[in-house]
Amino acid sequence: MIYSIEVPCKKNNLKKVRQFVERVLLGYLISPVEANMMVLAVDELCANLMIHSHSCNPDNSIEVRIQNQNNRFVFEIHDDADDTFNVAEYQTPDMQEVIKNRQSGGIGLILVKKIMDDIQFERDGTHNICRLYKHFPPNSAN
Amino acid sequence: MEVTVSQEEQYYIIAVDGDLDASSSIMMDNALEEAFQNDNKYILIDCQKLHYISSPGIGVLTSRLDECEETGTQIALFGMSEKVLNVFQILGLDRLIPIKVTKEEAKNHLD
Repeated sequence: MIYSIEVPCKKNNLKKVRQFVERVLLGYLISPVEANMMVLAVDELCANLMIHSHSCNPDNSIEVRIQNQNNRFVFEIHDDADDTFNVAEYQTPDMQEVIKNRQSGGIGLILVKKIMDDIQFERDGTHNICRLYKHFPPNSAN
Repeated sequence: MEVTVSQEEQYYIIAVDGDLDASSSIMMDNALEEAFQNDNKYILIDCQKLHYISSPGIGVLTSRLDECEETGTQIALFGMSEKVLNVFQILGLDRLIPIKVTKEEAKNHLD
């Protein structure tokens, strides 16, 4: 089964995305802390796309798809943008550096990389797919 | 999300209610900016009703840590849920920012 949601690129739609991911994960025996980590990683990536690739233009949209594949979750974030970046290859800064430089950005992708087991990025023309993989936490079941 | 600011003795208290994310972090930033402008040296962040936090919410705090050191301002957080605390732990921020269970503990830490 593939679950999906599509939302316009407006920051206040991030809550809808989070609620969608939460609802899907509720069908699995996962602790609220584990579920929140996955919700957070998807939220971070969607926020990043909405803000940096789409300048929060509500005429553009992003789609999130979730599926359970061989004991792991696959979260796909689809969008169409001329300007994008490959999150899988992005070198995240060190947290100490972020603090020293008084940066407020850059933390989201640190979180995504720490939370997820694998990240893949695919681009076909202007269509981008970012895939986040997370193995089922121990003792989880569906 | 709602941010409520109050003063208790020397403590400037920022209470956050709801989700602190990309769409709401500006409110938290404004509250912190006000605290710094008014030269408050003891800032407490009440997280008892903070349901969710993502990087923009974390970022408004971490971007002030260096300034805190420079100005002698102290910040402590209290009343975090396990979910919210976990986000700070993933980043190792629980070792850099005082996070206490109760307001009294947070006040005592700053004293």
